[in-house]
Amino acid sequence: MDINNIRKDFPILEDKTLVYLDTAASSLKPIQVIDKLDEYYKKYGVNVHRGVYNLSFIATEQYEKARRKVASFINATFEEIIFTRGASSALNLVASSYGLNNLTKDDEIIVTELEHHSHVLPWQNVSNITGAKLVYLPLDEEGRITIDNFKSVLTDKTKVVAVTHVSNVMGYISPIKEIVKLAHEKGAVVSVDAAQAAPHTKIDVIDLDCDFLAFSGHKMLGPTGIGVLFGKKNLLKEMPPIEFGGDMNDNVDKFDASWKDAPYKFETGTPPIAEALGLGAAIDYLENIGLENIHKYEIELKDYTMKKLKEIEDIEIYNLTTDTGIISFNIKGVHPHDAITYFDGDNICMRAGHHCAQLVIKWLEVLATLRASFYIYNTIEECDKFVSSVKQARDFFKSVGF
Amino acid sequence: MNNMEVLYRQVIMDHYKNPRNKGLVQDELYKTIHIKNPTCGDDITVQSKISNGVVEDVRHDGTGCSICCSSASVMSETLLGKSVDDAIKIKDAYINMLTNKEYDEEVELEEAVAYTGVRKFPARIKCASIAWKAFEGTLDESE
Repeated sequence: MDINNIRKDFPILEDKTLVYLDTAASSLKPIQVIDKLDEYYKKYGVNVHRGVYNLSFIATEQYEKARRKVASFINATFEEIIFTRGASSALNLVASSYGLNNLTKDDEIIVTELEHHSHVLPWQNVSNITGAKLVYLPLDEEGRITIDNFKSVLTDKTKVVAVTHVSNVMGYISPIKEIVKLAHEKGAVVSVDAAQAAPHTKIDVIDLDCDFLAFSGHKMLGPTGIGVLFGKKNLLKEMPPIEFGGDMNDNVDKFDASWKDAPYKFETGTPPIAEALGLGAAIDYLENIGLENIHKYEIELKDYTMKKLKEIEDIEIYNLTTDTGIISFNIKGVHPHDAITYFDGDNICMRAGHHCAQLVIKWLEVLATLRASFYIYNTIEECDKFVSSVKQARDFFKSVGF
Repeated sequence: MNNMEVLYRQVIMDHYKNPRNKGLVQDELYKTIHIKNPTCGDDITVQSKISNGVVEDVRHDGTGCSICCSSASVMSETLLGKSVDDAIKIKDAYINMLTNKEYDEEVELEEAVAYTGVRKFPARIKCASIAWKAFEGTLDESE
């Protein structure tokens, strides 16, 4: 893995001063992905599934080829892959279609405080409408999901378990496979938010045996506006569509209609075609480097940075044992929004705030945090620059009276 | 190069460390507006007491970054005792100044002038304006 060559693939990194440490929010995009979007718009930028002419046939082939790539990327089958606007839409689809139609007031939904808002609010909504009870899995003292704690809330009433694969604030990897196994013994289905996992670890939905799994293109080198929902074939078959319109229907009569089979019944309207193709190109890029190599490298960067960060006084780190390239921290006494402006001045891009995960921020009992996240295009030199900026920021804020 | 000194002026730090007019009151003569920026967590409540066309009192409370919290304090001092008309003029001039729009430079911004540096940090303009927006809201309430 040659980092310098990899960096050359990212046009935005032509700015040599830029240190991008916000991949957990959105990754940078390589030229191969950008070129793929261009190729679609320049060469066959027409609609899919509709036109009975050659260009439309090419566009359709490319779109479905991207779906096949996604399927093989996570070891699913073609018809189990639904293209959505992003992981949020995908997770909402599960709640709105499966949740609203299968749950009643006697049922329980297990969620966790580690969830992104997109994986807790849809279930809050299901709970409010159906009366099903929302149950929070208690996190352990580090803020992790453990099997013992999962067992303590899993009951015969549990119908859905909504759990994150990798926490976007703490960077912990959840024991998905064990959770799924236990949930299935109780007859519950498991929805997995893999938005932070897909860019960093190999996902195998057969091995995990999860029922639903969602991720976004833009966090894994792909374009914005495209996401994926994997759903087991037998479940998708029984689930009603939540959006109605063109392309998802079969026969249409005045007072009723029938739907195509999955995935098409969930994909009404003109889909994000260029974005799906771009996601396909991103998957090629990731597979070419190898997810194991990516994970290994970002852990290297994280370990290096964590060690140095720990040596700096007045730095509070919230996830010392993080399993991925995510570090959440604060400079003592300095609001993260003050701190972030300092880093911005050094052209270091980082996230500050709630990270769309207010529950874990409340669990940490802080107002907000800074988050640095590392990926394949970051370098050890950038880690050094970041660490030195943290020190200088701390000194600066001290000097002005924080 | 980091030009943070432009942003973190002494006045701002002073009001951040020692906020004036902080703490809310339970009094129905006061109008209260609460504004929250869910993305960054700034959470400010502003109260104003207007009588006979004069800003008799301004109170504030909340949590947020130094720019947000200090600006609430600076605002309270700047507007206290002003006629409502003048207060609106100052508020408009301040907001326009922050957002790089044309503003009446004749209007005396007093200590709020310390926030001119925020213009160089577009991502922080919201922090410096949230308390003023809340004050604006309390006037709408009283109409």
